[in-house]
Amino acid sequence: MTELTTTKADPVSVSRRTFIGGAAAVATVTLAPGITVVAYGSDGEDKLVKGARWGLLIDVNKCPQSCNACVTACSNEHGWEDTGNPLTDAQWIRKVDIKDMKTGLEQSLPVMCQHCETPPCADVCPTGASFRRGDGIVLVDKHLCIGCRYCMMACPYQARSFIHEPLTGQKPYSPRGKGTVESCTLCVHRVDVGRIPACVEACDGTGNGAMIFGNMNDPESEIAKRIAQYPSTQIRADLGLDPGVRYTNL
Amino acid sequence: MASKRTVYMELKGTVSLYGILGFFGLFILAGLGAFWYMEVYGHIVSGMNNQIVWGLPHVFAIFLIVSASGALNVASIGSVFGKTAYKPMSRMSGLLAIALLIGGLAVLVLDLGRPERIIVAMTAYNFKSIFAWNIFLYTGFMVIVGAYLYLQMSRGIKPIWLKAAGITAFVWRLLLTTGTGSIFGWLIAREAFDAAVLAPMFVAMSLSFGMAFFILVSLGVNRLDGREFGPALLSRLGKLLGIFAAVVLYFVMIQHLTNLYATEHHGVERYILLEGGILTLLFWVAHVIIGNIVPMALVFHPKTGKNRTAIVLASVLVILGGIAQIYVILIGGQAYPLMLFPGYEVQSTFFDGTFGEYTPSLPELLLGLGGVAIALAATIVGMKVLKIVPTTLADSAVDPHHREAA
Repeated sequence: MTELTTTKADPVSVSRRTFIGGAAAVATVTLAPGITVVAYGSDGEDKLVKGARWGLLIDVNKCPQSCNACVTACSNEHGWEDTGNPLTDAQWIRKVDIKDMKTGLEQSLPVMCQHCETPPCADVCPTGASFRRGDGIVLVDKHLCIGCRYCMMACPYQARSFIHEPLTGQKPYSPRGKGTVESCTLCVHRVDVGRIPACVEACDGTGNGAMIFGNMNDPESEIAKRIAQYPSTQIRADLGLDPGVRYTNL
Repeated sequence: MASKRTVYMELKGTVSLYGILGFFGLFILAGLGAFWYMEVYGHIVSGMNNQIVWGLPHVFAIFLIVSASGALNVASIGSVFGKTAYKPMSRMSGLLAIALLIGGLAVLVLDLGRPERIIVAMTAYNFKSIFAWNIFLYTGFMVIVGAYLYLQMSRGIKPIWLKAAGITAFVWRLLLTTGTGSIFGWLIAREAFDAAVLAPMFVAMSLSFGMAFFILVSLGVNRLDGREFGPALLSRLGKLLGIFAAVVLYFVMIQHLTNLYATEHHGVERYILLEGGILTLLFWVAHVIIGNIVPMALVFHPKTGKNRTAIVLASVLVILGGIAQIYVILIGGQAYPLMLFPGYEVQSTFFDGTFGEYTPSLPELLLGLGGVAIALAATIVGMKVLKIVPTTLADSAVDPHHREAA
């Protein structure tokens, strides 16, 4: 608590902010079945960039309907996949095809957790498992999630998935498990070591360059310059949630 | 004061009593089996999915929790509103309220993705969550109604303390159902929810469902044990049930008329009221007609309103209609797609823009019925071991002003 490094961090966020972050020193004590106490080394607290608000800017004009690279990259990175049960399979990011009913204009865009400034999922979570890190990344603490699914009722973006089946072979940096809720982590394990999210990297790889990741609070960052210079929109802006994911040409 | 001193006696340990307990025991075992099946294989074996995240178990859980606070009606009418004829039934009312809440909470907990982490839910709190508040509202309800029951059964308690406990329990049960309604009322994301009217509507539902439960259970145990239940008293309870059913319909009407006035809600209203298939059928036929209008007709008609069978039927219909109502609210509210892009046709691999699919599975039904069985079995066990049920509820015993019809 004494090593607060962000201006916006609240106590709850700070104490849990590195649970996914792959901190170096980890001690685990199992108290009883299902209850595990995990203590992380203090180095994890240094990973929050002071005053940061991590976000994405997605240019819908540069996102072809046929391209699914961001979705595939996320699936590979975190290990969620199509098991042949589309109703219950997890999807952290999906391509949504939209058509203006008046004009017929068709567009396609990726939708994932919008990493709200005031996330309804975190508001409704009874145990505080859903939380927002000081740098704006919204996460689920898999040790606190009881699987009540109220966050899924509350999320306006349908961004969350419940794990309906036993899982095996999870990635060490992306904890997942039956009976808990999960969603896009903005690749927090990458962000904490200075890398960009897998979806953005994949989008760059296609040459489309539709996604920009960065610190929206840093006036020198590309994302901050873009949103300052060109109009951008938020999905369900009427809700006033101030999402960290913005879209242009939508 | 009642004209005669009320004497309470434990239920007799008859073959039929143990037979009924055994019957409920089978349902409890089936419910536990269903829980274990879902626990081992995951919710994949239920009908729930990533669009309909709360299914039939939640319908039963909410129904039982809402009914629990309503089951306290009779005690409240006796102690808070001073109607002496209701006082002898006060203990039954309190016990049933606690038992229904236990049954509902059991279903709620056993349907969690990680039910073994219930200790986490009781030790880690996010006080901005209405769910977290509800944990205190539920446990508080059990403590307060339990204390109220204890005071009623203790000798030499001053009436002022009983009155104070009764008023506390009454206020708490209003808070509890307000909290349950607000679980939905405070969901900003979903068009079918996000309405303040849901809180008072849930209070009205609790009055109605709880009264129906009380009528059926108290009539049932009195018959089981060969004790008298006065027809005039039953008729009064029946008329109250009718009034509560009318109040439910009033709030349902307000909710839908308000939505129908706002163009942005026309889509969800068209879905629930006209084009929702089974949901629309459940709304109009099961909830509105069978669950409210028919029971009102039965209890208010001069002839059937005095008929025991008709009042029992009205209570059964209110319960069935209540389950249908919660099903429509819960499943319908989730099945109607989230509007991320108003004015656009939307599609994706994650079912954006499509109505959610949900078919309840057998394990879900068994888990829900197991909760009902837990509530009813706990009620009967309570009545068997404690002095809960009056030896008679004959009209002349409960009402000093009662005159037998000529």
